[in-house]
Amino acid sequence: MDKQGNTYTVLYAVVMVVIVAAVLAFVSESLKGIQNKNVEVAKKIDLLKSVGIISDATTAEELYDKHIGENTKVINMSGNEVEGNAFTIDMSKELRKEPKDRNYPLYICKLANGEEKIIIPLRGVGLWGPIWGYISLNEDKNTVFGAIFDHKGETPGLGAEISKEFFQTPFQGKTIFDESGSFTSIAVVKGVDTSSNEHAVDAISGGTITSNGVTDMLKECLSGYEKYLKN
Amino acid sequence: MSDKEPLFSAKNRKLISNPLNAQNPITIQVLGICSALAVTAKLEPAIVMSISVMFVLVFANVIISLLRNTIPARIRIIVQLVVVAALVILVDQILKAFAYEVSKQLSVFVGLIITNCIIMGRLEAFALGNRPWQSALDGVGNAAGYGVILIIVAFFRELLGSGTLTLPGLGTLQIIPQIVYDWGYVNNGFMILPPMALITVGIIIWVQRSRNKDLIES
Repeated sequence: MDKQGNTYTVLYAVVMVVIVAAVLAFVSESLKGIQNKNVEVAKKIDLLKSVGIISDATTAEELYDKHIGENTKVINMSGNEVEGNAFTIDMSKELRKEPKDRNYPLYICKLANGEEKIIIPLRGVGLWGPIWGYISLNEDKNTVFGAIFDHKGETPGLGAEISKEFFQTPFQGKTIFDESGSFTSIAVVKGVDTSSNEHAVDAISGGTITSNGVTDMLKECLSGYEKYLKN
Repeated sequence: MSDKEPLFSAKNRKLISNPLNAQNPITIQVLGICSALAVTAKLEPAIVMSISVMFVLVFANVIISLLRNTIPARIRIIVQLVVVAALVILVDQILKAFAYEVSKQLSVFVGLIITNCIIMGRLEAFALGNRPWQSALDGVGNAAGYGVILIIVAFFRELLGSGTLTLPGLGTLQIIPQIVYDWGYVNNGFMILPPMALITVGIIIWVQRSRNKDLIES
């Protein structure tokens, strides 16, 4: 057969693409289970970290079952509980809906000392892509017990620093409602002394857009829980 | 080439050693600069990226070399691209399944291996005209030449930019001790930004050429 002819070229392309597609589909299907498991475990690690429980891939499942387990809820904007599995709710899909149609998942974590913390998932946008996190509140449903953030591809050393402890620790002890009980969220701000401010933490210099993204994310996500938290 | 040629003959050894120095893909051919900027802010992603590129380049070289007598000339670039893309997706899937943490860090950069000029360059320039074994060695050599520069750049960028070194399996190690900071030393934040990767590559090119005058273009 003429190796430079049209028939040969077309056949060659078709056969090659079919083979490649088959190989990739096979690999994708056979690895899917492990990959989904990794994502699930990573989520459990993050959830536990937001209440200060440090786990790794080998211990996350056990600790999650012990401290959180089935103790999850899905609520709507009015603060009423609705049907659904909190763990499998995809926040990025929920955020595309109107606020009143969204499902708001939350997790209740029982610590070793008997205290219960409410963990609220967060999702927003940074400079280059999605950012997300979990914030845990004390039983007063106001004071932050812990917060963690992560990102898909923020600038290393700048926006990416939101996943570092030095950025996350100052959130502890801040409050999301002011004295009169109205919702204020927590802002990430620059150039002011935040140590005495109940509703602000220091931004990252050079990571302004990511920092603002965190502010918006907290406001957008927490506002949906306002009714529930006030009850 | 006779079949009796030893696997590591002088000529074959040169396929590996040349790209490390006199034919280095980054400093001499100035290919693959884009990813050298992107993944070198920290050491660990640079190392994983180098390993991933080596995997892709060696297998792509071997596959294209095996197919070289069957590929229709008119669609050879497309064939190369499909092979490279398939291998990159494989790497990405495998990292996601077995090295989830690292795959999160590298995120889009694994996918960008497809656009790494070194890979297409080697397929076009070498694998299409050489036998599989030689092509595999050429792949190892060029990926190593690429990786060495990536790791050198990442080493200096992370050390001077963050004062740390991040190694696979060891996590982030604080290299510059606290006492130095107490004396007034400050991390150079500019090192973490892409322009400093270019400047660091430039310095490596300068050092290499001043040591080996033959490399200086007239």
